[in-house]
Amino acid sequence: MSNEENNKEIKELLQQALAPLKDPELRRDLWPQMLQKLSQQPARVPWFDWALAAILCAVLLLFPGAIPALLYHL
Amino acid sequence: MELLERFAAGDLEAFEALFRQHQKEVYSWIVRIVRDSGIAEDLTVETFWRIYRAHGRFHPAGNFRAWARRIATNAALDHLRTARREIELPEDLASAGAADPAVRRETREQIKQAFFQLSAKYRLVATLALIEEEPYDKIAEAMGISAALVKVRVFRAVRILRKKLNLLGAEVGAK
Repeated sequence: MSNEENNKEIKELLQQALAPLKDPELRRDLWPQMLQKLSQQPARVPWFDWALAAILCAVLLLFPGAIPALLYHL
Repeated sequence: MELLERFAAGDLEAFEALFRQHQKEVYSWIVRIVRDSGIAEDLTVETFWRIYRAHGRFHPAGNFRAWARRIATNAALDHLRTARREIELPEDLASAGAADPAVRRETREQIKQAFFQLSAKYRLVATLALIEEEPYDKIAEAMGISAALVKVRVFRAVRILRKKLNLLGAEVGAK
């Protein structure tokens, strides 16, 4: 059986089980939902803050002795 | 200033205008992938949320429609990846009324079962290429891959489906 025939048979079976959607209609305007999502925008943490936190974690992991010194300076 | 230029500069009114122009088309593309109207509505909003966040990366001379379709495809693919673990099959918008009565209910269920077991990337191409009969180049553009790769994925999806159907006991032709 060739690829085309292979595809055709499976295509027919699929279309019989899951018929194609002909021009699906959007039932409502989604802009109010969009506005809601926009207003829930979380505060963004700048990338360099993440970098600083990562460096700090790495230092503390490599030099655990620095933890008391860090706590003293906080 | 042109609408797309204003959008790229972060103008919310321009974004609203683009949202209203394209929401139906984006929804229509997504619902054909996920086959559930409620999920498709949520993913349409998620798509435009991603579009809004990425406004700085959009080039005003570019094709907004194609860009939106690509982001929508990624959002739908992310959904298919996470929803795949769920046991329940999703509501199917078309199968209830339009199914061919000549194909036995049991066979239809086996086909659905095999289809929903496909991995997200194969389910996506199988849906768009085999069920919705979208052209390969349109699928390729929406997925950000070549048409040749779409063809390969369709071929693999068919092969996997055939194996799964045979395992489930459905009678499908030669390999």
